[in-house]
Amino acid sequence: MTNESKSGRERLLHITKREFSQKWKAYAVRAVAFLLAILICGIVSTILTKKSMGRFFYDLFDGAFGTERRLWDLFHNTALLLLVALAVTPAFKMKFWNIGAEGQVLMGALACSACIQYFGKTLSDGALIPVMLLASMAGGVIWAVIPALFKAKWNTNETLFTLMMNYIATCFTAYCIAVWAPLGSGTLTFKLGHLPEVGNQFLLKILVAVALMVFLFVYLRYSKHGYEINVVGESERTAKYVGINVKKVIIRTMILCGILCGIAGFLLVSGTHHALHKTDTVAGRGFTAILVSWLAKFNPLTMGLTAFLVVFIQKGTGQFSTLSGLGASYPDVMTGIFFIMIISCEFFINYKVVFKKRSKKTEAKIEPPAPEAAPSAEEENVERIETLDQTETGGEE
Amino acid sequence: MKKIITIILVLAVMATAVAGLVACKKDTTTDTSVSFAPVAKENIKFGLITLHDENSTYDKNFIDAAKAAVAGLGLNANQLIVKSGVAESDECYQAAADLVDQGCNIIFADSFGHEQYILKAAKEFPNVRFAHATGTTAHTELQGNFYNAFASIYEGRYLAGIAAGMKLNAMNEGKADNEKNYKMGYVGAYTYAEVISGLTSFYLGAKSVCPQVTMDVQFTGSWYDVTKENEAAKNLINNKHCALISQHADSMGAPNACKEAGVPNVTYNVSTKTECPASYLIGSKINWVPYYTYLINCTINGVTAVGFDWCGGIAEGAVQLTEINDAVAAPGTAAAIEAAKAAFAAGTLKVFDVTKFTVNGQALTTKLADVDSDEAFAPDTQVITTANGITFFNESGYRSAPYFDVTIDGITFLNTAF
Repeated sequence: MTNESKSGRERLLHITKREFSQKWKAYAVRAVAFLLAILICGIVSTILTKKSMGRFFYDLFDGAFGTERRLWDLFHNTALLLLVALAVTPAFKMKFWNIGAEGQVLMGALACSACIQYFGKTLSDGALIPVMLLASMAGGVIWAVIPALFKAKWNTNETLFTLMMNYIATCFTAYCIAVWAPLGSGTLTFKLGHLPEVGNQFLLKILVAVALMVFLFVYLRYSKHGYEINVVGESERTAKYVGINVKKVIIRTMILCGILCGIAGFLLVSGTHHALHKTDTVAGRGFTAILVSWLAKFNPLTMGLTAFLVVFIQKGTGQFSTLSGLGASYPDVMTGIFFIMIISCEFFINYKVVFKKRSKKTEAKIEPPAPEAAPSAEEENVERIETLDQTETGGEE
Repeated sequence: MKKIITIILVLAVMATAVAGLVACKKDTTTDTSVSFAPVAKENIKFGLITLHDENSTYDKNFIDAAKAAVAGLGLNANQLIVKSGVAESDECYQAAADLVDQGCNIIFADSFGHEQYILKAAKEFPNVRFAHATGTTAHTELQGNFYNAFASIYEGRYLAGIAAGMKLNAMNEGKADNEKNYKMGYVGAYTYAEVISGLTSFYLGAKSVCPQVTMDVQFTGSWYDVTKENEAAKNLINNKHCALISQHADSMGAPNACKEAGVPNVTYNVSTKTECPASYLIGSKINWVPYYTYLINCTINGVTAVGFDWCGGIAEGAVQLTEINDAVAAPGTAAAIEAAKAAFAAGTLKVFDVTKFTVNGQALTTKLADVDSDEAFAPDTQVITTANGITFFNESGYRSAPYFDVTIDGITFLNTAF
């Protein structure tokens, strides 16, 4: 990135690492990036449609918040995306790059559907639904644990492994649908096993998502498991040194991921679609969730916000697209702009670009390595050492 | 920590179980006596839900027709709202409900998998009319504001098949016997009745003028997959030596493969004459303008008896052929098609005439089809009937959506697990 001049000494600009002394500054940068993203979306849209910028913003907010139903739909979709994002987070925290949530959720959905298919006639809904939930969890767990076992035993690359498992899950689901409904057109629909509504069709899932968000926050921040996940993520060697069974932690965490994916799959089949389709059931949430989790810096509470923003962009631009005839891919393009802006703003949070002024050497703006820059890292270390002490003395749980 | 997780899980299971027992909701009763008041023309709002957008030939056909119908009735363009890219999932119900909120009084969905979600919306909003293409349940649900519609597209495919058969004859003319090739290829989406009905009628149309014809069918397992359709067509052309290709899938995958290989192509729903001038032969399409127009007029006039199951034919203009490409078609194609059309109109020609095809070497004398879609997925209706002295499989006679799902002799399925 640095641009060296011919002399080799003078650089036009260079990049230095920086850390904001106050956290709100970093958040301000992100907020600006978000606003910029929306602005660029608006500019692109006005160029494409020759409609006014005002129209774009009206539709954006109208599409997301315009009616009571849209508001519910917004939070409902946020909840569904959040559920999957939560599911991938524990693994990410320990730097196990599980990008197989799409497949894990789908396997949960498939297991759920299998229960309806095989037990639907014999069991009442009251008995069927708990069976479906447990089966979904089992489905998710199986799909999540296979790569974890391989990682723990043979140190396979989990990123590729979990990615490939997605495609196997998709094809396996397509196969099962073809077997269960040989003359169908790719969608299996269910009249049984519908999760009862609480209040309205959306509320239950929103509540589950919020509950799991809080649970995961507590689990990662305050439990011994969460601490172990952190240590494994920071350094496997350290983890081994302090006596953490790394393999056990990897497998246990992936089981948790699988359970959460299974719950998401269950809610999608039993609580939302009442149908199974190889791609439409999960509808790419497994992949979007990776970014949602990442942007939230793996903090479950922040994830609620990032998931909300993504869904807001999708729903809002979807409305603009409908009224302007821009086609089905347009909201995806807008979401892409949003992601690019937010991700690239992280660069400006972590680094600063310093322009060298050619004339005066004395004015050269070389930031001294700010002494107050480190406190957050230091705090973290202190915290870690403290908890480390606890675990060493605390022994078994 | 384990304990906490265990407790949470147990609680979750118990909660769902209890909720399942408590919250048995009332069944929404089926109201067959709904009545509709007339709606002023300027208050008409037509909502269209499509699976993909205009890049899919299938959906483009619906969208274009809706625009044409709205314009034809002198309505304003903004009285039509098109929601495209709506998946066959809860998203479809949400889209329909949102269209109701936006003031739509007619909502039409274009994909088979949309049906249950449209039905759900219909039950919730009894004052709005919901219609659905390719669906199967309206005639059994009898929900007064929910209708199915389709067209006897098998007749159109039969006519396109005549053009294909004549082309095969022309291609083989003057060739030595060992060089003659009467094999066609067909790219299908799913082993689904609509597809099988379509490919069989296409084959029978070709066979009516070219008795030696055979056909290989490769399924893709998707309604819209450019790559798979392209590869399937290439496989049929290069490895299975098919001399002509047709398809029932919605992308440009197969037409482009034919263009590359210089193989004649019979399309569905659109003419590709501009894109593939040297390979496009003819195509059949469902024209939705007549049904849309009928539906909108019923709404304007407050007609309650719309009919649960509408099946348009050639006479209504619902089944059409796209332009014949004279650069590719055999001479006399247009005349032969007109003659067959006239015979259809007179009732002297039936596509699935049981004397014209065999199943495992036997004539089809009896066939129970699953016309009433219910839990059973069981055959319930005898569909072999006799009229005008012709015994035939009465496709679309009992329900607009196709139910012909028999594999007849001369057609080979290369793969079936879809």
